[in-house]
Amino acid sequence: MLLLVLLLLPLIGALVVAPMKENQRLARLVALGFALVELVLTAVTWLSYSVADAASGTRFQLELSVPWIPAFGTRFALGIDGIALVMLALIAVLVPIVMAFSWEEKLPEGRTRSGYFGLLLATQGLLVGVFAATDVFLFYVFFEAMLIPMYFMIGRFGGPRRQYAAVKFFLYSLLGGLIMLASVIGLFVASGEQFGQGTFTWTDLQRMAASLPESTQIWLFLGFFVAFAIKAPLVPFHTWLPDAGAEAPVGAGVLLVGVLDKVGTFGFLRYCLPLFPLASQRLAPLVLILAVIGILYGALLAVGQTDMKRFVAYTSIAHFGFIALGIFAFSTQAFAGSALYMVNHGLSTGMLFIVVGLLIARGGSRLVTDYGGVSKPAPLLAGAFLVAGLSSLAMPGTNSFVSEFLVLVGSYPREPVYTILATVGIVLAALYVLWMYQRTMQGPVRGAAVLGALERGGPGTMLDPGVAAKRDGSGFPDLSKREIAVLTPLIVLIIVLGFFPGPVLDVINPSVVATMNEVGLSDPVGGLSR
Amino acid sequence: MTSQAQVAPLMAPPIDYAALAPLLIVLAAACIAVLVEAFLPRHQRWPAQVTLSVVAIGAAGLALGLYAGNGPAGITTLADSLAVDGPTLFLWGTLLALGLGSILLIADRSVEPGGALIASAASRAVVGGGAGAEGIAPPPEDRSYGTPGLAPTMQTEVFPFTLFALAGMMAFCAANDLLTMFVALEVLSLPLYIMCGLARRRRLMSQEAAVKYFLLGAFASAFFLYGLALIYGYAGSVRLTDIATAAVGTARSDALLLGGLALLVVGLMFKGSVGPFHTWTPDVYQGAPTPVTAFMAACTKVAAFGAILRVLHVAFGDTRWEWRGVLWAIAILSMVIGAVIGLTQTDIKRMIAYSSVAHAGFLLIGAISITEQGVSGTLFYLLAYGFTTLAVFGVISLVRNADGEATHLSQWAGLAKRSPIVAGVMTFLLLALAGIPLTSGFTAKFAVFSAGLGDGMAPLVVIALVASAVAAFFYVRVIVLMYFSEPAADGPTVTVPGAFTTAAITLGVIVTLLLGIVPTLALGWAGGGGFVG
Repeated sequence: MLLLVLLLLPLIGALVVAPMKENQRLARLVALGFALVELVLTAVTWLSYSVADAASGTRFQLELSVPWIPAFGTRFALGIDGIALVMLALIAVLVPIVMAFSWEEKLPEGRTRSGYFGLLLATQGLLVGVFAATDVFLFYVFFEAMLIPMYFMIGRFGGPRRQYAAVKFFLYSLLGGLIMLASVIGLFVASGEQFGQGTFTWTDLQRMAASLPESTQIWLFLGFFVAFAIKAPLVPFHTWLPDAGAEAPVGAGVLLVGVLDKVGTFGFLRYCLPLFPLASQRLAPLVLILAVIGILYGALLAVGQTDMKRFVAYTSIAHFGFIALGIFAFSTQAFAGSALYMVNHGLSTGMLFIVVGLLIARGGSRLVTDYGGVSKPAPLLAGAFLVAGLSSLAMPGTNSFVSEFLVLVGSYPREPVYTILATVGIVLAALYVLWMYQRTMQGPVRGAAVLGALERGGPGTMLDPGVAAKRDGSGFPDLSKREIAVLTPLIVLIIVLGFFPGPVLDVINPSVVATMNEVGLSDPVGGLSR
Repeated sequence: MTSQAQVAPLMAPPIDYAALAPLLIVLAAACIAVLVEAFLPRHQRWPAQVTLSVVAIGAAGLALGLYAGNGPAGITTLADSLAVDGPTLFLWGTLLALGLGSILLIADRSVEPGGALIASAASRAVVGGGAGAEGIAPPPEDRSYGTPGLAPTMQTEVFPFTLFALAGMMAFCAANDLLTMFVALEVLSLPLYIMCGLARRRRLMSQEAAVKYFLLGAFASAFFLYGLALIYGYAGSVRLTDIATAAVGTARSDALLLGGLALLVVGLMFKGSVGPFHTWTPDVYQGAPTPVTAFMAACTKVAAFGAILRVLHVAFGDTRWEWRGVLWAIAILSMVIGAVIGLTQTDIKRMIAYSSVAHAGFLLIGAISITEQGVSGTLFYLLAYGFTTLAVFGVISLVRNADGEATHLSQWAGLAKRSPIVAGVMTFLLLALAGIPLTSGFTAKFAVFSAGLGDGMAPLVVIALVASAVAAFFYVRVIVLMYFSEPAADGPTVTVPGAFTTAAITLGVIVTLLLGIVPTLALGWAGGGGFVG
C-alpha cells in the first residue's frame, strides 16, 4: 500500500496544482507541500524496507498485486528491491530541490508556474511507477506514460529550440519503447507456450528464463536493449540527449538526466540481465564496446562544448558509459558500483545542472565564452560549481568516487581491456571539469555575460527576476539565501555519501547478489565482502 | 408442357426473429424515416427524424442486449444467409453505438448554423435561381444556401440514408454467404455515396468526393462480384462454409479459388481503406461533411473488417498458407503508405485519413491471424478505433473560422491557449491514435500484435511497431502546433459545441479512456465465441 500511495500522491498533486492558474504563489506552495510529504513517505518506505529479509532471499518487498487485465495476464503489481528503493529515494530528494530552484525562475511568456510544477509532480509519480512495477506490462505502461509530462515540460517551458528538442526526445523514446513492446509481447507469447497461460509477472518470467532458448533470448533482449540504450543513452542512440538537456528548463533537465535516463540502466539490471541471462552474456561484448566508446566520446565532446547545458549532457553520456560497463561486467562489485553510480550521478549531475542554471540565470547566456572570473563577484556560486564538478570527476571524498571505483575494481577481473580503456575517461573527466572551471570561474572578471553587456532578458535567457533586480546594483550577485538552501542538501549528500556510502550499499547489496544469481554466474574473484 | 408440377413447392425459410431483431428494427426505422420525409411538413422533420433515429438505435441496442444476455450459441438463419454468432453480436453492438454517436454529430445544428449538411432542395432553388438575374453570381464555392431571412435548415434525408447504411453494415458483417454480402455491400455503399456530397460548405469539393467515391466504389463492387462468380465456379456454392469444404476436399486447380479470393479481397480492402486500395480515402474524408466523415471512418471500417474477418476465417481459414503471403504484403504496404504519406499532409482531415490507412494495416495483422486471439483482438481494435475516430472528427468540426471548418494544420497553431479543453481532448485522442499506454489505442494494438506474434508473424509485428513510431510523428506534430506554437492573429475560433456534439465527443473520449484502463469487460465480449458457419 505504501508504494501505491507513493505512486498516487504526486499524481493527485499534479491534478490539484495544475488548475491553480489564478494563485501562482499558493500553487507552488501546494506543489512543494506534496513533494515534501512524498519525501517523508519515502523515508518511511526506506525504514520499512528490511535489508535482512532481502538478504535472506525475498526478491521484492512492500508488494501489492491485483489482477488488471486478465485476458492479457497483466497484474497491477508493485514491489521494490534495494536498487529500486534507492532510486525512489533519489527522486524524492531531487523533486523538492528542483521546485525550490524553480521557485522564482522566469518562465517563457504565457506559461504558468502551476502548470510547470504540476508536470514536475506528474513526472515524479510516473517515475515511481516505473521503478516500483514488478509486472512487465505495467512497467511498459509507465515507461511510455512518463514521456508525456517530460515532453510537455521541454516543449512548453524550454529554451529557444524547445519544439525541436521536445519532438526529438519524444520520437526517440517512443521508437525505443515500441521496439521494446515487440519484445514485451514476445515475452508474453513465450510465457504462454511455457506455462499454458501467458503472464507478465516478473518473478514468473524470471523463472522461465532458464528454459528459454538462446536465439529467442537474443531477439527479446535486443528489443529491450534498444529501448534502454536510447533512454540511458548509450552512444549511437544518444543524440537526443544534448538537445533535450540543453533546451529543457533546468528543473526538468535535472529530472531528465538525473532520474528519467536511469530507467535505461535500471532496465538493464532489472530486465535485460535476469530475464535474458544467456543473451546478456552473449551480447555483453557489444554493450561493453558501446559503453567504452560512450565514456571516451562523451568526455571528448564535453571538453569541446561551448554551451554549458550541452556540456552537462555530454558529461552524463560519459557517466552512463561507466554505469553500463559495470552492469555488463557481471560481478557483484561492479553491479553494486553501477547501482550506486545511478544515485550518485543523479546527485552530482543534478547539482551541476542547477549550478549552471544559476549561472545562466545571472548571465543570460549559455555560452562558456560569455563567462570568466565569476569567483570574484560570486565566490559562493563558484564554490558550488567546484563541488559539483569535483563530484562529477569522481574526486576521492565525493560520492562519485566510491561508485566509480567499485565499477572499475569490479569490472577489471573479467574485462581488463575495457576497464583500462575506461580509466582514460577519468583523466578526460578531470580535463573537462577543471578546464571548464578555470575558464568560467578563475582569472580576471571577463566575458560578455559577466560584464553585464548582454541585455537583460536577451534571447535564450531564463532570467530570475529577483536576481535581475539585484544585478542592477551589484553587477553579478552571489547566491541568495534561497539558492544556498537549494544547494546545501546536495552538497551535504555528496560529501556524506563520499565518506559513508555504507547505508546505501547495504540496501543495494542483497539485490545485487540476487541479480547475480539470476544471471547464473559467480564472481570472478572474491565478490562483495559483506 | 408445364413443368411446374415437377418443381418442389417453395418453402419460406424459418426466421429467427429474436436474433435478427436489431437489424430488422434499424431497417424498419429507415423505411419509416423515408415516409416521415415524404409526409411531414419541413419544420417538423428534423425533430421527428432525430427522435426516430435515436429511438430506433436505442431499441435495436436493447433487442441486441436482451438477445445476447441469454448467452445464445451462434446460429444461422434466413436459410443460412445470415450468421448471428459472437463476433456478429459484438460488431452489431459496436456499429449501433458508433451509429448513435454519428447520428448525434450529424443532427447537431448549433456548431454550423443549421447543420453541416446542405439545406433542402427547395430552398436552395430560391437562391440559385435568383443569383443569375442579379448579374454577378458568386462562385459556387462561396454561395450561401437557404432562403434569405430564414433560419437555415438542413437536408433531413440524411437520417434515412444513415439508417439504411447502418442496416447494410450490420447485414454486411453478419452475411454468411457471398451473395448476401454483396447485397449488403451495396445497401451500405449507396447511401454513403450520396451523403458524401451533402456538405453545406465547399460544395465542389464535397461533390467531387462523392463522385470519386462512387466511381471507385462501383469498381470495387464489380471486383467483388467477379470474385464471387469465380469462387462460385470453383466451389459450386456461395456459402462460406461450402467454400471452405470445397477448398480442402477437392483436387481441382486452385486458380479459380485464389483468383476469386484475390478479387474478393480487393473489394473488401477497398471498403476498409486498406492501402494500396485506399486512394479514395483522403479525398472523401476531406470532402465529405465532417459528421458524415466520422460515420464513414468509424462504422465503415468496422463493417468492412467484420466482413474481412468472416471471409478469411470461415471460408479461407484452412487455405491460409496459400494467401497469407499476399496479405502480409498488403498489410505492410498499408502501414507504410499510411504512416509515410501521412507525414506530408497539411490538412487535418487528410492526415486522419492516412492514419486510418495505417490503422487498417494494423487491423489486417489481427485479421490474418487465424486464431481466437486474432478475432477477439481485431474486434476489440475496431471498437477502440471507432470511438476514438468518432471523437476526433467531432473535435475537428468544432475548430472553425469564417469559411467553415479550419482544417489546415497551420490554423491549429496555439489552439491550447484559446481553448485548453478542446486542445486537451484532442491531445488525448491523438495519443490514443498513436497507441500510447493508458488509452484504448494501446490496449487494442497490444491485443492485435500479440495475436500476430502468437500466430508466427514476428517480422510483421516489428514492422508494424516501427510504422507506429513513424505515424506517431504526425500526431505529435499536431500536439506541438496546439501547445508549443503561438496562435496566429486571425486564427480560427472554437465553437462551443451543442448538446449533441458534446455528447458524441464525450462518449468517444470516455470509451477511449475506459478501454485503456479497464478493458477487461470489452475484451471478454470480444472473445465471447467464434464464428459459426
